[in-house]
Amino acid sequence: MNRLTLFIPLLVCIALGAFLFFSLGKDPQELPSALVGKPFPEFALEELNNPERQVSDKDFRGDSANGQVVLVNIWATWCFACRIEHPYLNGLAEQGVAIIGLNYKDNRILAKQWLLERGDPYQFTIFDPRGTLGIDLGVYGAPETYLVDAQGMIRHRRVGVVDERIWNKEFRDLYTQLVDEANDQ
Amino acid sequence: MINKLGLFLLLFISCDLIAGVDVVDFSDESLRPRYQQLIQELRCPKCQNQNLADSNSPISVDLRNQVQRLLEEGKTNDQIKTYLSSRYSDFILYRPQVKQNTWALWAAPIVLLLVGLLILVRIFQRQKTTAVVAEPVSSKDQQRLRELLKKSNGEPNK
Repeated sequence: MNRLTLFIPLLVCIALGAFLFFSLGKDPQELPSALVGKPFPEFALEELNNPERQVSDKDFRGDSANGQVVLVNIWATWCFACRIEHPYLNGLAEQGVAIIGLNYKDNRILAKQWLLERGDPYQFTIFDPRGTLGIDLGVYGAPETYLVDAQGMIRHRRVGVVDERIWNKEFRDLYTQLVDEANDQ
Repeated sequence: MINKLGLFLLLFISCDLIAGVDVVDFSDESLRPRYQQLIQELRCPKCQNQNLADSNSPISVDLRNQVQRLLEEGKTNDQIKTYLSSRYSDFILYRPQVKQNTWALWAAPIVLLLVGLLILVRIFQRQKTTAVVAEPVSSKDQQRLRELLKKSNGEPNK
């Protein structure tokens, strides 16, 4: 028999080892994004600060005059990481990035209080106490941030805190590109 | 005495009776087994390796309610799975569908079994051929062998 075949188990072990080694760095909490490249789900919910006002996907979707590139940020007062994220979002809003809040499974009074205390970076905040829009978006924790283009397509999703490092690495280039595209039209 | 007996009997009260049981009401009782099967097969997106039935995380509670709602709306099992996997990706299915990127997963057990059988067959075949190769000792060799033995018997080992 060919002696080279004796090396097959060794090669299999090396291949398996390499596969496992490169999988070590992956975050097992991270789910593949099912909605990237798909339109932002339709919804009609109350605004957080103004219960009389109904907000919907039309408020930033392209088929209406309101079409613009936005970040949709899912947050809640019970979410600890949102506390860490909030100052950075304030900074982004000051730079002119349009951010829309989605207050997820929260209490209206506490949430309004939170925005008063920590500043409000959001153009408006969707109030979703029962998490219905959350389920349509596939939200499984807060914070989460979606980059939505002017046509209302979800282009990127980040589960977890957005800070300077993540913004520069995952969002900035795509965001400027999308804004340029929207301005050209 | 009576007191002791009472205490002893207390031991037999099952804790399960006290433990909370999820109360789910269905308009049609025939939906219940389907509900149970679905929440066994669907995976909690937040927790690592728990199904919706076993997990008590808020998202699992929400998704269980959603499954119940969809069942009441008359959706089929497949429709419910598609509904959830289009939002939470295939991660949520403990029994992934056969697709382009999952065929290897489904085929692997069969392929490995066949490879194992092939190796076994080859091992047995080789054993058989080596057994056939062992020829009977010829009469000439037997003669030589006898002479050698005689010689060594004459001279004890040094």
